Amino acid sequence: MTATTQFRVCPDSGLRIHRPAETLIKVNAVTAVVFLLIGGLFGISIALTRWPAVHLLPADWFYLALTAHGFDALLVWVIFFEIAILYFASALLLNSRLATPWLAWVAYALMLGGALLVNVIVLQGNSSVMFTSYVPMNADPLFYLGIIIFAVGALLGCCVFFGTLVIARDERTYKGSVPLVTFGAITAAIIAVFTIAAGAIILIPTMLWSMGYISYIDPLVYKVIWWGMGHSSQQINVAAHVAVWYAIGAMVLGAKPLSEKVSRSAYLLYILFLQLASAHHLMVEPGISSEWKIFNTSYAMYLAVLGSMIHGLTVPGSIEAAQRAKGYTKGLFEWLRKAPWGNPAFAGMFLSLVMFGFLGGISGVVMGVEQINLIIHNTIYVPGHFHATVVTGTTLAFMAITYLLIPLLFRREIIFKRLARWQPYIYGLAMGFVSLFMMGAGTLGVPRRDWDITGADALMSYDFPGAAYLMMGLNGVAASFAALGGALFIVIAVGSILFGKKRADDAPSILSPAAPAAVSSYGNAGTMQVPGTFVLALVFLGAFVLYYFVNWKYLAATWGLS
Amino acid sequence: MAIFPPAERIWWKQKVERVELLWIVIAFVWGIFMFLMMPYWHIYGKQNLSNEAYRIDPEVFAERAEAAADKYTVREEGDTGVPVVHPPPGSDAYLIARRWEWWPILEFEKGKSYRLHISSMDWQHGFSLQPTNINLQIHPGYEMVVTITPTEAGTF
Repeated sequence: MTATTQFRVCPDSGLRIHRPAETLIKVNAVTAVVFLLIGGLFGISIALTRWPAVHLLPADWFYLALTAHGFDALLVWVIFFEIAILYFASALLLNSRLATPWLAWVAYALMLGGALLVNVIVLQGNSSVMFTSYVPMNADPLFYLGIIIFAVGALLGCCVFFGTLVIARDERTYKGSVPLVTFGAITAAIIAVFTIAAGAIILIPTMLWSMGYISYIDPLVYKVIWWGMGHSSQQINVAAHVAVWYAIGAMVLGAKPLSEKVSRSAYLLYILFLQLASAHHLMVEPGISSEWKIFNTSYAMYLAVLGSMIHGLTVPGSIEAAQRAKGYTKGLFEWLRKAPWGNPAFAGMFLSLVMFGFLGGISGVVMGVEQINLIIHNTIYVPGHFHATVVTGTTLAFMAITYLLIPLLFRREIIFKRLARWQPYIYGLAMGFVSLFMMGAGTLGVPRRDWDITGADALMSYDFPGAAYLMMGLNGVAASFAALGGALFIVIAVGSILFGKKRADDAPSILSPAAPAAVSSYGNAGTMQVPGTFVLALVFLGAFVLYYFVNWKYLAATWGLS
Repeated sequence: MAIFPPAERIWWKQKVERVELLWIVIAFVWGIFMFLMMPYWHIYGKQNLSNEAYRIDPEVFAERAEAAADKYTVREEGDTGVPVVHPPPGSDAYLIARRWEWWPILEFEKGKSYRLHISSMDWQHGFSLQPTNINLQIHPGYEMVVTITPTEAGTF
């Protein structure tokens, strides 16, 4: 292995890029986008079915599509992209060669094979058990096998990531500690190991049960362990998209972390406390004590939520510091007003930050309150919450960084630049409304995973108020715009890779130089005051507190239950 | 920058800026408050999920539900003759979840409490009382017992 042919030097960043690693990043990212497309097609068909006036799919197709959408969008798209991020954060950011590229290819093949297998089986129609596949509902054994194979592939990818970290340290390809983005990726990978282990522990026996080798799987035990995979995998997404936020801030604005210590400690809180998350899905189940529910749903007294709230300050804070150092010091928010909103990478990143926090984070903590969950569980409020977190949060952030990775790694200009400027707004804001309307409908009691809310076959059906139908209709409209925004992203991304103007090696760098540091008395980024960010954080807190108590009020208005 | 190793090698000894520290303290205090709200509501609030549950064979649960229906049916509804069961206030009421119905129809008195037993005959079911919007997850093989007190009259 010759040093020169295996590596190239990135003209924009100066980083030493291992060519086999770069190829793997590209392949995983492109595959991710393909599954985003598939998941998105299922998604819009679902939204148009839940829009009562349109009611697009018949019942059996609806549940099939819902199962496929959950799997393709929540698991496959996101995890393929995260594997790309892991290789990027290890090999590329550390100037290192990737450990055992052949194993990374095996991992890719397993993930692809597993994903295709599950899709084929679901399309056959006998495994419409939802992505959660709650026992005693029975899917085809190959359904479970496909997920297991996919998970094993992802685990191998994590192993390659950890191996690369060891090699980079050993071969001294970087000085000092790993970059913050890499630290975030390590957090994600550590949580991933736990997540995949939980998935294997429950899905292997469940597969054997579906084949008849095991006679009984307890439905409560299934849920407790499955959600050890199910929700913890969302925490992988949080760690990953926060790392992406920091990366975009650095690349587009030269932002430096306000305090490496604070940001890294916040990630550490994720590792230590997010694993208790399965409790969120078990708040209104029988047979589990309130003590367990309360301790776990709060992620040990909200210590992991503290981690997110810290990043919620330090990410925009680092951007404000960089902007102020560049001279945008007028008033509280000039730094924000004069930020590069026309740059789709920045726009996507900041929209992702705000919506993840305000829409996703607040709704998540509120509905995770043991008692408040009574008025939330199984309503369409729940998908409202998680479309805010994993779509306007994770997916939008991943879309945003793609606008940087295509010029950097594929060495192509972005095509349709004017449309690209609008794409994060169309997709992000439309999805934000999707979340809001679903949460609104859920507050009125509209159920999730339900093909027909009129209850047409029931002896005593319930007439949802007109507002609920309005919400579902508006949800359909918003989802249509979001589908447009998603399609636009796919066209731009794929089109740029195939047809974008090639960037010469001496093309001007798309990366911002590090923002000038002010006189440093303490803190990593100098003694930068970030008053604008602090005000935004207080606004966030105000909204949080208000919404929290509003929901207690809703709960108190229902019947007595004890 | 976040994509490069930290500029200060010994980053863990850097002092934390005041604004950051203040925010961390505020967020931590809010977290503890939210945590304490849950046990508080268990003591002073009127809506809590009971911890009472039993493992039970679906057939056994069905027998008990049918026995209660036999004793307290007041009339029938619909073409299939679903019984409307009116148990005495303070006593046990039984509800079966099965594809595709909840059985029987229960009739309660406003302001009175009942021990409601719910279980499933087949799959997991989502109990959702509307427009009250109380939602519970019902498992086969598990009997959930909640004390429920309707605070309004009507059809739910």
